[in-house]
Amino acid sequence: MFNRIKDVLRSLMLVELLKGMMLTGRYLFARKITVQYPEERTPQSGRFRGLHALRLYPNGEERCIACKLCEAVCPALAITIESEQRDDGTRRTTRYDIDLTKCIFCGFCEESCPVDSIVETRVLDYHGEKRGDLLYTKPMLLEMGRKYETQIATDRTADAKFR
Amino acid sequence: MAEIRNYTMNFGPQHPAAHGVLRLVLELDGEVIERADPHIGLLHRATEKLAEHRTFLQTVPYMDRLDYVSMMANEHAYVMAIEKLMGVVVPVRAQYIRVMFDEITRILNHLLWLGAHALDVGAMSVFLYAFREREDLFDCYEAVSGARMHAAYYRPGGVYRDLPEHMPQYEASKIHDAKDMKRMNANRQGSLLDFIEDFTNRFPGYVDEYETLLTDNRIWKQRTVDIGIVTPERALALGMTGPMLRGSGIEWDLRKKQPYEVYEHMDFDIPVGTNGDCYDRYLVRMQEFRESNRIIKQCIAWLRANPGPVISDSYKVAPPSRATMKHDMEALIHHFKLFTEGFHVPEGEAYAAVEHPKGEFGIYLISDGANKPYRLKIRAPGFAHLAALDEMTRGHMIADLVAIIGTQDIVFGEIDR
Repeated sequence: MFNRIKDVLRSLMLVELLKGMMLTGRYLFARKITVQYPEERTPQSGRFRGLHALRLYPNGEERCIACKLCEAVCPALAITIESEQRDDGTRRTTRYDIDLTKCIFCGFCEESCPVDSIVETRVLDYHGEKRGDLLYTKPMLLEMGRKYETQIATDRTADAKFR
Repeated sequence: MAEIRNYTMNFGPQHPAAHGVLRLVLELDGEVIERADPHIGLLHRATEKLAEHRTFLQTVPYMDRLDYVSMMANEHAYVMAIEKLMGVVVPVRAQYIRVMFDEITRILNHLLWLGAHALDVGAMSVFLYAFREREDLFDCYEAVSGARMHAAYYRPGGVYRDLPEHMPQYEASKIHDAKDMKRMNANRQGSLLDFIEDFTNRFPGYVDEYETLLTDNRIWKQRTVDIGIVTPERALALGMTGPMLRGSGIEWDLRKKQPYEVYEHMDFDIPVGTNGDCYDRYLVRMQEFRESNRIIKQCIAWLRANPGPVISDSYKVAPPSRATMKHDMEALIHHFKLFTEGFHVPEGEAYAAVEHPKGEFGIYLISDGANKPYRLKIRAPGFAHLAALDEMTRGHMIADLVAIIGTQDIVFGEIDR
């Protein structure tokens, strides 16, 4: 009987609703956790798998030897490679295309690469404005590699013992 | 008097409460549902068929995309099926990492379920709070695998990489200065394990907050109590698993009944409901938050004390480390073999199931000895639950249908696969 009265009273006084509103009210005045994206970014791991890049050796020579391991392992068949023997007798790619609309960013290309040539960088905000913009060709990938080499190298060194 | 007729109505596939691409054809009598007919297949990507044309390793990232809110749990069932057929021994540390990330995944999944369910029923704020915690857990995913969602982290024979020693940190910007950075990065000073431990310490408090907002709330109770009741007998007959079955009062959990990996060493309880309505299933999942939290804590303690390998050292399954690969010819040959041809799985069939956040997620694998599966069958828990939707909604109002879809925790990635 006593409990019954207590329940009715509690129900009439909207106790549980007020408790909930107190909680949301507290958050109204609490410090905000919003990250204002273009001005600031969320923390990003060195292992992040974003836009691809083809790396170069410090002397400017491209790393890729056209072994086509990445092409073979790519589950989405996003990589197309054609190769030829260069005049100095080394084997190099004449074509290295990554179709980013197919790519599923699994990171297998980087894992398979025996010369650390193809890598997935930390770049995550890129876009294309017309059809074909997201088909990355060899010059575009090499340019990415040149631009972000310091970052790529630091991340790979930091993670070396885990791989 | 005007004649009232039954009429047929389309629910979805564009309805915001339809959880993706669910299309229901409803037969209504006024506002009462007489029949609900789910039309599936709008997200069909032929994962099972694709797997037949890819090596065993290449299918791992496709598993993430099945139930795209519990990514690593899907991978787990898949790699377990392969390991079962091949008889690979997984290092203990890898097993602990897998269990820890399975439970992180469970929390991730239940947070999305809670947010979406509450939002469907009309409580907006829970969604925002749930996504705040999801952000922390996605950071754990990213720190360990490099991707926030589609991790591709579990591999046949273990996991890809060991846990990182440093957490990524916020960087100062024009909005937050160095002093703010110190506060925002306070829990990111140590390793990933420190970060997860800090999360497990905070998380029970957050669950209390969700419960303050929902558990006793009269609107929440009006919308969920006695809605979509499933009796234990029917729940079994309909093939329900996971919280759907436990909400009906049947104590069934693969982690206890058929322990895989290191679950037999874990101390946790299975919450069960009594009435089998939406409210009980809500309570079961809320308790699962706390149980998962307990399991994660135990894993952290073990992982701290026991370093070791995280992937099988057999080059026939797992590629050699990069350092070895670069100076050892034999390792290089294995590396090339594994990434082109892949490994061959002995002839036979295997069924491996995990206690997925939604229920029993199983992979039935038939191999004819090749480097690709002969047939891969995915047992998705959501499929059986969706099949029971008609029975659960019959006689309820349209508004209750939304609550029932929410309680079933439907994700179309795994149903249509």
